[in-house]
Amino acid sequence: MSSLGNVQPQRISFAEPLGLSSGAVLPEYELVYETYGELNQDKSNAVLICHALSGNHHVAGVYQGDPKSAGWWDNMVGPGKPIDTNHFFVIGVNNLGGCHGSTGPSSINPNTKQPYGASFPFVTVEDWVVTQARLADHLGIQCFAAVMGGSLGGMQALQWSISFPERLKHALVIASAPKLSAQNIGFNEVARQAITTDPHFYGGDFYQHQVVPHRGLRLARMLGHITYLSDDAMMEKFGRDFITSTPKFSLDVEFEIESYLRYQGDKFADYFDANTYLIMTKALDYFDPAQKTNNRLDLALSKVRCRFLVLSFTSDWRFSPARSEEIVEALMKNQLPVSYAQIESSQGHDSFLMENKHYFSVVKAYMNNVLKDIV
Amino acid sequence: MIRFDHQVIGQWIKPRSRILDLGCGDGQLMKYLQQQYHVSGYGVEIEIERVTSAIGNGINVIQRDLESGLSGFAEQSFDTVILSQTLQAMRKTEFLLSDMLRVGREGIVTFPNFGYWKNRWQVINGMMPKSEDMPYEWHNTPNIHLCTLQDFEDLCRRLNIQVIERHVITNGKTVYLAPNLLGSLAMYRVTKFAS
Repeated sequence: MSSLGNVQPQRISFAEPLGLSSGAVLPEYELVYETYGELNQDKSNAVLICHALSGNHHVAGVYQGDPKSAGWWDNMVGPGKPIDTNHFFVIGVNNLGGCHGSTGPSSINPNTKQPYGASFPFVTVEDWVVTQARLADHLGIQCFAAVMGGSLGGMQALQWSISFPERLKHALVIASAPKLSAQNIGFNEVARQAITTDPHFYGGDFYQHQVVPHRGLRLARMLGHITYLSDDAMMEKFGRDFITSTPKFSLDVEFEIESYLRYQGDKFADYFDANTYLIMTKALDYFDPAQKTNNRLDLALSKVRCRFLVLSFTSDWRFSPARSEEIVEALMKNQLPVSYAQIESSQGHDSFLMENKHYFSVVKAYMNNVLKDIV
Repeated sequence: MIRFDHQVIGQWIKPRSRILDLGCGDGQLMKYLQQQYHVSGYGVEIEIERVTSAIGNGINVIQRDLESGLSGFAEQSFDTVILSQTLQAMRKTEFLLSDMLRVGREGIVTFPNFGYWKNRWQVINGMMPKSEDMPYEWHNTPNIHLCTLQDFEDLCRRLNIQVIERHVITNGKTVYLAPNLLGSLAMYRVTKFAS
């Protein structure tokens, strides 16, 4: 149950061209965002929440007349919640390249009056952080009280500390990693292949053909879902239960898990843009702040000024605790303030989205310190 | 009211130095050292509820199991590594003591003295000892490696560890006479002998 009540997205246009890591330039673009709570007088209580692969700007609250539309982190953000909107001014933004209102592959290219499609440039975590900083400029926020996120969102929080060390006091990096492993890139590649080999993909320009690569996107999501859960969590939730009482000896849906994956895949393919999925997974793959410092993450973090909370989950094998600990060790090598906890959870990578007593207590305790740094 | 053993530790560390507090619990000691002596560094704690309390106390805390050692902490990266009333609950005692002095220039080790007369008296009377610094029952104690002052000093000699200072306490007061008999809590400031 959302405690924040009704929220409304806002939209902002940027006319200043944006040079991207790929070398491409976006002459103009729009971002949609939501805010919760009140920005204080000296604009020092802002918290930026960065979303993960399939997330968006709708972090918390509901849209009027749609009680089922609670934001993706509604359990975390709201009055009295770990990210307490009674104290903090919280911002959620749909990343560039997204499909929930910010300029992305499904947006109309003003030059061609056609959807960007395949011509939309690849964007990186670094690029996103620049656009988020521009949004902060627009809102008059010079320095965030905290920047936070889970998974790909955690990578953005980490990148913030590198790109704009003076513009945040705290970074909360949850269920994240300093870069993807080969296995992780492998999973992303299978997902991408599922999409790009769908006959309805048309090289990314499927919009003009009035179709979507539904099957590919669905497969990509099904694969993703398996990797976001743990073996134990899946067994616990679905077991080997049959939908029908006995085997049918057919390829129809028989096991609960098959039904669940197909349902999740279909639901996702109905609303998510295939090109956005490709761009987001590539952004994940490319993220590697230590690449420029000879693979030394500690050197990449040498200019960092903010304090850190790093959290991992025991059953998360996609972004395992060991990956979070790499970040912690690199921060400690720089003698930077960091706290780290490995939260007991059976929910796999998805744990960062789930309510969990210890997880929420730690975030709440940490956010109290963030609050003390403001006043 | 600051605990007396914490005050002793405060006198042994340098103001503004880098501290690693192993088994930091809810972070009271680190908080005191930060506020009083402006030290920096981290606490290490295994239990999530204590980690949460330590964060609430405003200290940097790293959740990890000390039994796995201090890998990830760079050599000589701390001025002082503190092991406050934790040694007796560790399995790999020698390993941890050596690793402490790998990452820190000095170590502070405190532990309940098993040779304290009240403990000896209870053993003579056929009971496992309980005292102000060992409040557990035999069946629920986390303490698996209890020792006396003499035992600890023997181990230090064997591990090439130099005792810089020793402070022995009973009921919040310093013990000068017959410390291995009259002392309840042993506190040692140690370093590695130059090899």
